[in-house]
Amino acid sequence: MRLKGNAHKYGSDVNTDVIIPARYLNVSDLDELTKHCMEDIDGEFVSRVRPGDFIVATTNFGCGSSREQAPLVIKHCGIACVIASSFARIFFRNAINIGLPVLQSTEAAEATEAGDELEVELTTGEIVNVTKSRKFYAKPYPEFMLEITKKGGLIEYTKERLRAKKP
Amino acid sequence: MTLAEKILAAHSGRRKVNPGEFLNVEVDLILANDVMTPLAVKGLQRLGVGKLFEPKKVVIVPDHFCPNKDIRSAEAAKLTRQFAKEQGLVYFEVGRMGIEHVLLPEQGLALPGQVIVGADSHTCTYGALGAFATGMGSTDIAVAMATGEIWMKVPPTIKFVYHGKLPEWVGGKDLILYAIGGIGVDGALYSVMEFAGEAIAELTMDGRFTMANMAVEAGAKAGIFSVDDKTKEYVATHGNESYSTYQPDGNAEYANVIEYDVSEIEPQVAFPYLPSNVKSVSQAGEVKLDQVVIGGCTNGRLDDLRVAARLLQGKQIHSETRCIIIPGSQQVYLEALREGLIETFIEAGAAVSTPTCGPCCGGHMGVLAAGERCLSTTNRNFVGRMGSPQSEVYLASPAVAAASAILGRIASPEEVI
Repeated sequence: MRLKGNAHKYGSDVNTDVIIPARYLNVSDLDELTKHCMEDIDGEFVSRVRPGDFIVATTNFGCGSSREQAPLVIKHCGIACVIASSFARIFFRNAINIGLPVLQSTEAAEATEAGDELEVELTTGEIVNVTKSRKFYAKPYPEFMLEITKKGGLIEYTKERLRAKKP
Repeated sequence: MTLAEKILAAHSGRRKVNPGEFLNVEVDLILANDVMTPLAVKGLQRLGVGKLFEPKKVVIVPDHFCPNKDIRSAEAAKLTRQFAKEQGLVYFEVGRMGIEHVLLPEQGLALPGQVIVGADSHTCTYGALGAFATGMGSTDIAVAMATGEIWMKVPPTIKFVYHGKLPEWVGGKDLILYAIGGIGVDGALYSVMEFAGEAIAELTMDGRFTMANMAVEAGAKAGIFSVDDKTKEYVATHGNESYSTYQPDGNAEYANVIEYDVSEIEPQVAFPYLPSNVKSVSQAGEVKLDQVVIGGCTNGRLDDLRVAARLLQGKQIHSETRCIIIPGSQQVYLEALREGLIETFIEAGAAVSTPTCGPCCGGHMGVLAAGERCLSTTNRNFVGRMGSPQSEVYLASPAVAAASAILGRIASPEEVI
């Protein structure tokens, strides 16, 4: 499936405390939690984002806490995929586990500006910056992780493993 | 193999593992708290798993927003408590709980040679004991709770060797901040930080916990120390469980080896808004403080409180600064009380609280207003970490924190002695 949307651009070290501040972690309702996505560094983000848009950032996206609420609110506010030069490891795992597509491409991350129109093909990792008429390829997933994403996340993947184990 | 590779090999039935390999790893201990357990419970429901693989290997500690800070936190804590009871998990109630990463080693639950996963990024703290310990999200933790296994990619190891003799007032916090300042907040991304050298051998266990705790602030999957006599003595004092120890091979392959001479290191301060934004305390300049926090999973242990008390003894907290001191566990609190440290703190004009993560993540017990500045012994100083996005957090050791609380500005311990 080809994803189309606009880029919301951030710099390096966007941490989970700004993606979803810890002071809201007592909120269990995802709709309500999502209202606070990125509010400490970009108060307009939630009102500006349209379903299918992309977050594009440079290095170490999602550093900090292990809170899974971070990829959850990004996904829930309609972001189709996060593209970054690099991801913090726990965020990357969490995103794969919950089914938020994440693509790693330094070239795409650096060339993209806020508001650029992007098209992304998740299966091939192709990222087209329509505004700038440029094409990039994201780093392919290791086979093992591809399998998790193909199954629709870690829960589905594990369910299948558990079924296979049963006599 | 490196220390981390040895532990991962032993837990995945392999004789040898290499960085980049994907493994199914058996876990020895699983941890979750009051803010991450509710999501893990949802994950377990989706998995359709009613009973956990081994309930006594799962530890639940309500420490983040507990004692309950508001109705919503109370609901989350209630759900967490019910889950722990229904499943027969190891659970520490308010009054017995501590900050998870202070509590688990103290209770003899985290041990050398184990693989430990927790739904908290600072799970890496247990690397101080020679365990492979790493933080994950709630879904990963739900799968570990259900199956006793988790997938891992074998990380490369970077070795950090600290030579020389530690100057006075320089400890584990300064060594780890100095390293993060050098390599950056993604300097050890996806890697293991293995700590070694004669200065590390001299460091107390509490100092090692502080260092391992902040490995994640350099992007690391784990921070790890070899087991020595100090580790063995610590474990013997805190329980009688048997455990396995591993040592890195002499020909282990490291992605990088970084060496320091600690005799040249001063107390360090991380300025807003990254733990890597580090300066020596003598270069800090005039930074006035509204609040000082001593505690957290980084520096809420007995050694930390002793250092703070040494400086606060007979002194007064600055009239325009609030000082909040939080022992990391009931045991730490009790021992600090018996040693007279709590009396010293209260006489100096500090507030002393029951154990909680509270202020570190802007939860409660010391949230900052816009424009306020706090120096804290915790591990993160991101925008809005301790409250208003217009507030500032500076990270430092308990020694710098105590000196700064007395002078009402960032200060070196030397200035108050």
